[in-house]
Amino acid sequence: MSTTTATLDNTALHGDTGTALRFITCGSVDDGKSTLIGRLLVDSKTVLQDQLAGVQRGGETDLALLTDGLSAEREQGITIDVAYRYFSTAKRKFIIGDAPGHEQYTRNMVTAASAADAAVVLVDATKLAWAAEVEDGTVVKRELLPQTRRHSLLCHLLRVQSIVFAVNKLDAIDDAGLAFERISAALNAFAEAAGVQVAAIVPISALKGWNVATRHADWVGYEGPSLLELLEELPVTAQDEAVPFAFPVQWVEKFSASADTSQGRRVFWGRVASGHVEPGQRVTVLPSNQTATVAQVLSHTRQPKSVHAGHSAGIVLDREVDVSRGDWLLAPEAFEPVREITATVAWLDDEPLVAGRVYWALQGHRWVKAKVARIVDRVNITTLESEPATQLEANAIGDVVLALQQPLAVLPFTQSRALGSLVLVDTASHKTAAAVLVQPAAAKA
Amino acid sequence: MNARTETELLQPPMHSPARLSNTHLDALEEETVFILREVAAAFERPTLLFSGGKDSLVLLKCAEKAFGAGRIPYPLLMIDTGHNFPEVTDYRDQRAKELGAELIVRSVEDSMKRGTVRLAHPGESRNAHQSVTLLEAIEEFRFDALIGGARRDEEKARAKERIFSHRDSFGQWQPKDQRPELWTLFNTRLAPGEHFRVFPISNWTELDVWQYIEREHVGLPSIYYTHKREVVERRGLLVPVTGLTTPARDGETVQVRDVRFRTVGDITTTCPVESLAADAGDVVLETLSVDVSERGATRMDDMTSEASMEKRKKDGYF
Repeated sequence: MSTTTATLDNTALHGDTGTALRFITCGSVDDGKSTLIGRLLVDSKTVLQDQLAGVQRGGETDLALLTDGLSAEREQGITIDVAYRYFSTAKRKFIIGDAPGHEQYTRNMVTAASAADAAVVLVDATKLAWAAEVEDGTVVKRELLPQTRRHSLLCHLLRVQSIVFAVNKLDAIDDAGLAFERISAALNAFAEAAGVQVAAIVPISALKGWNVATRHADWVGYEGPSLLELLEELPVTAQDEAVPFAFPVQWVEKFSASADTSQGRRVFWGRVASGHVEPGQRVTVLPSNQTATVAQVLSHTRQPKSVHAGHSAGIVLDREVDVSRGDWLLAPEAFEPVREITATVAWLDDEPLVAGRVYWALQGHRWVKAKVARIVDRVNITTLESEPATQLEANAIGDVVLALQQPLAVLPFTQSRALGSLVLVDTASHKTAAAVLVQPAAAKA
Repeated sequence: MNARTETELLQPPMHSPARLSNTHLDALEEETVFILREVAAAFERPTLLFSGGKDSLVLLKCAEKAFGAGRIPYPLLMIDTGHNFPEVTDYRDQRAKELGAELIVRSVEDSMKRGTVRLAHPGESRNAHQSVTLLEAIEEFRFDALIGGARRDEEKARAKERIFSHRDSFGQWQPKDQRPELWTLFNTRLAPGEHFRVFPISNWTELDVWQYIEREHVGLPSIYYTHKREVVERRGLLVPVTGLTTPARDGETVQVRDVRFRTVGDITTTCPVESLAADAGDVVLETLSVDVSERGATRMDDMTSEASMEKRKKDGYF
């Protein structure tokens, strides 16, 4: 049966494997996400005796119960919110977000995806009409489930670095080889149309553990690594270091009189959004537009250091300038703050997005009011075509134009995650209503 | 529906995870420091829940790194059931003093005197009643953010919780209606009377905590390491015999065993495990080979029902 097991492989490590890989499992309801995670936890020996005993039901083990942690979830047999689980192999640590499949809980899936380095999109082979034959000399268009499309598209839009399709439940199909071939073709066709880069397509049985941790040899013509072997090699998200220096001020630390403040009375703490910072860097403050030079840079633990994108830094400037939480320190003349942005939004609130309404927008640590100037369009999840819309309902994806109360320095999300992402918050309910991904300014007329 | 499988398929392959590099601990520490600073900046009256237990001591170590000793910008808050291990409360006081931090202690016994906590019977555990005292302290000091040392790997309901977790004006958690939490753009907006629970070490595992304690030489109360203790065996747990709170029952034999605590809470709900681990390095090695979870081995309060943690959390528990 098994030829190779991911966890026994001692080949050299690639890349930055010292940091955990954060990945999510997503896809449609009942495609086997929670079972897959249960299988990964059991096969990597992360599940302990008492936890396994806790999911025995009438002599059988329900792997999904390992992650469905809320009583409402166990009652209904569905996943409502993301469960985070932790496991490691000899090679790597992993943080899994088990995302819900129901459309109603897309907001929780987006929550998990926004922090993920990789996504495993589960596809239930038994739910697809893969067996249909050729019609009129053209292959029948094999429809993927809407949630498979929606989740893949969201992962792509959120720039999840690696998207892996795991075709599940193939053990329950007689002609599994043909099913895998045809479903793979349908996935590739969809991915191409949607612009989704596919890292791999792996045939698995989460229930039986085939190709999950351990390779299942001579099956459906697949010769590649098991899912876990694949995950052990996937890169963590690369930082946007090629972009000029930008730094959102999270917290201003004030010192009264003391010896260590000769270079200034305040330290500006935050996480470098792009580029890197070292003493001598010139900066412009947004919004005051004052300029200064970086005198000292501290690491997150207050040690002198130059700091790269993605890491926390404390910055001391060479002169007194007006800087408070929410302001940005920017490389001079590298950014052009704007009062209007075009952005793709993933709408997450039950209250629909309405043109003309004002929301709170958060970029970095800055809160500004944002008015929906107009809704450009909405994506049809099935056809991937844009269609006109007057509002965006819960779980819809569309493009909008936002008018901002104060100027922000933005870049397209495809260039910079930190400068290109905002959230919208409902001013009345305070609920987080949308993920906002900035588009290039000229992309939409 | 969710799939079922036979138990014999679940035999795991034999291997043990190797001890992993420091990069991983650096990344966790950095995430925690980022969250601690966010709380300092985004809220008006935050506090850090500090029990003297290992998770809160790790949290405090990160706070020390974030702000510098003597400069932690929020008070520490402890809810005392009156049934705490003296080694732990002594260590708590000592540590708060070393760091020059303000320590606020509010006790379940005071809530009982006020009549806001009523025990069903005098022997009932006070553990779950801490929620009442905690909510009273929140009202007294008008705290708008409470930093806690809960970790997602501890328990299934905790595995579901956001890092910035919203509480309504009754202090209740709404697990079915959590706010989305996108990237690290934390939505900290509140209506009057509401507050947040913030969990900066959400992504740490028990092993990470012990590796960090080893690497950073984080001091802990002595009962986290091996010591001789009188215990009785009850429902597969080693129940400490502490005289007043948990006397041996009829038919139980008091034995002296070499034990350490994996978690420390209220005396009446926390059990030690058999161990000869004398320092953090020993505990790391033991943690790599355990086959029972941290709370499963040690907590009587979690064994009452599958959803007991979720129920307590909804009521305002840590």
